[in-house]
Amino acid sequence: MVELLSLFLNSVFAGNILLAYFLGMCSFVAVSKNIETAVGLGFAVIFVLTVTTPVNWLIFHGLLSPGALAWAGLPDVDLSFLKLIIFISVIAAMVQAIEIIIDRFSASLYAGLGIFLPLIAVNCAILGGSLFMVERNLTFIESVVFGFGAGVGWMLAIVAMAAARIKLRYADLPSGLEGFAITMIVTGLMAMAFMLFSGITM
Amino acid sequence: MKLTRTKAFKTFAGPAWYENPINMQMLGICSALAVTVQLKTAFVMTLAMTFVVSLSNLIISLLRNVIPGNIRIIVELAVIASLVILADEFLRAYYFEISKLLSVFVGLIITNCIILGRAEGFALSNPPHLAFVDGLGNGVGYGSVLMSVALIRELFGSGSIFGYTVVPERLYAAGYEDMGLMLLAPAAFIIIGLMAWLQKYLVNSRK
Repeated sequence: MVELLSLFLNSVFAGNILLAYFLGMCSFVAVSKNIETAVGLGFAVIFVLTVTTPVNWLIFHGLLSPGALAWAGLPDVDLSFLKLIIFISVIAAMVQAIEIIIDRFSASLYAGLGIFLPLIAVNCAILGGSLFMVERNLTFIESVVFGFGAGVGWMLAIVAMAAARIKLRYADLPSGLEGFAITMIVTGLMAMAFMLFSGITM
Repeated sequence: MKLTRTKAFKTFAGPAWYENPINMQMLGICSALAVTVQLKTAFVMTLAMTFVVSLSNLIISLLRNVIPGNIRIIVELAVIASLVILADEFLRAYYFEISKLLSVFVGLIITNCIILGRAEGFALSNPPHLAFVDGLGNGVGYGSVLMSVALIRELFGSGSIFGYTVVPERLYAAGYEDMGLMLLAPAAFIIIGLMAWLQKYLVNSRK
């Protein structure tokens, strides 16, 4: 239990998927202009990550990893090179599902997210979550906690960024610095702050 | 006709400088930040990325008249994913050390917005040779940012270029120290931010 809690805290703060591993930057920069859509996209990312990471865990360990097909009489088969294409298909299917759900329950959020909802499918944070899950040899339960924690960390970062950018709107910045450049610099400062959590262990 | 006036050259120069995918269009930033601690990884990543984006552009442009509109994203992803798997397996077979250093980021080329963006926005509506050149241009634009960030980070962070120490021993003896912050995540964000500022300023002042 304590390990799971510390895994969760680590994936939210010190190992933040956005601020420490740079994943999910495109939508982070593009959707952090106002808080409402940032929160909406944050919840969508949490949901997709929490579902796809464990689902991909089952598929990877049940079908793809070396020796996983021993039950079918094929103990030497190693299909792990297929993981990229399988993971991305699972993610695309999940995103399609969440698109339908959001459209059904909150049309205004659906309109606000616009093109960025389908683009979650190519949000590197989601695929990155699954790939990290394989690389770090997580167990099934750990993969659930990790997926959820990574999503929460991502949402925390984008909501904080949206709040900062609302203030930045009134700043008189030099030509060229406004928009992307200042967003990156502020993100850098935020990453520095999040790094301070790295000493925490449970 | 001057070389710089040809359509192919414009297709190449656009993404390589004026519409630089990272600095100007804010695409494909994730990997640009993550692999720039060393020049070596940045260089390999640039090659892998250029390979995937130019070939996926070429293939999708060749197929553009036979891909049904409503399933085009799936088709594009399938093409891209196959090329990424090729690059990933190639690196793992011949350059295992570097592929370890790049960890998940070669796989993440699939989700690099530049590639899907170019496939959607350019390859689907242009002939194959232009699509290929556009892919090369994007690779060069992406690579130039990656290499410059990596150069700054490696030079100031570990005092070396491509793994060779360049900061003289005498400087260290005189009290110079490598800047540890350069190797950490925040430095990457800040350097990219400053570079985007510089490039936007240069492009805008030329107009």
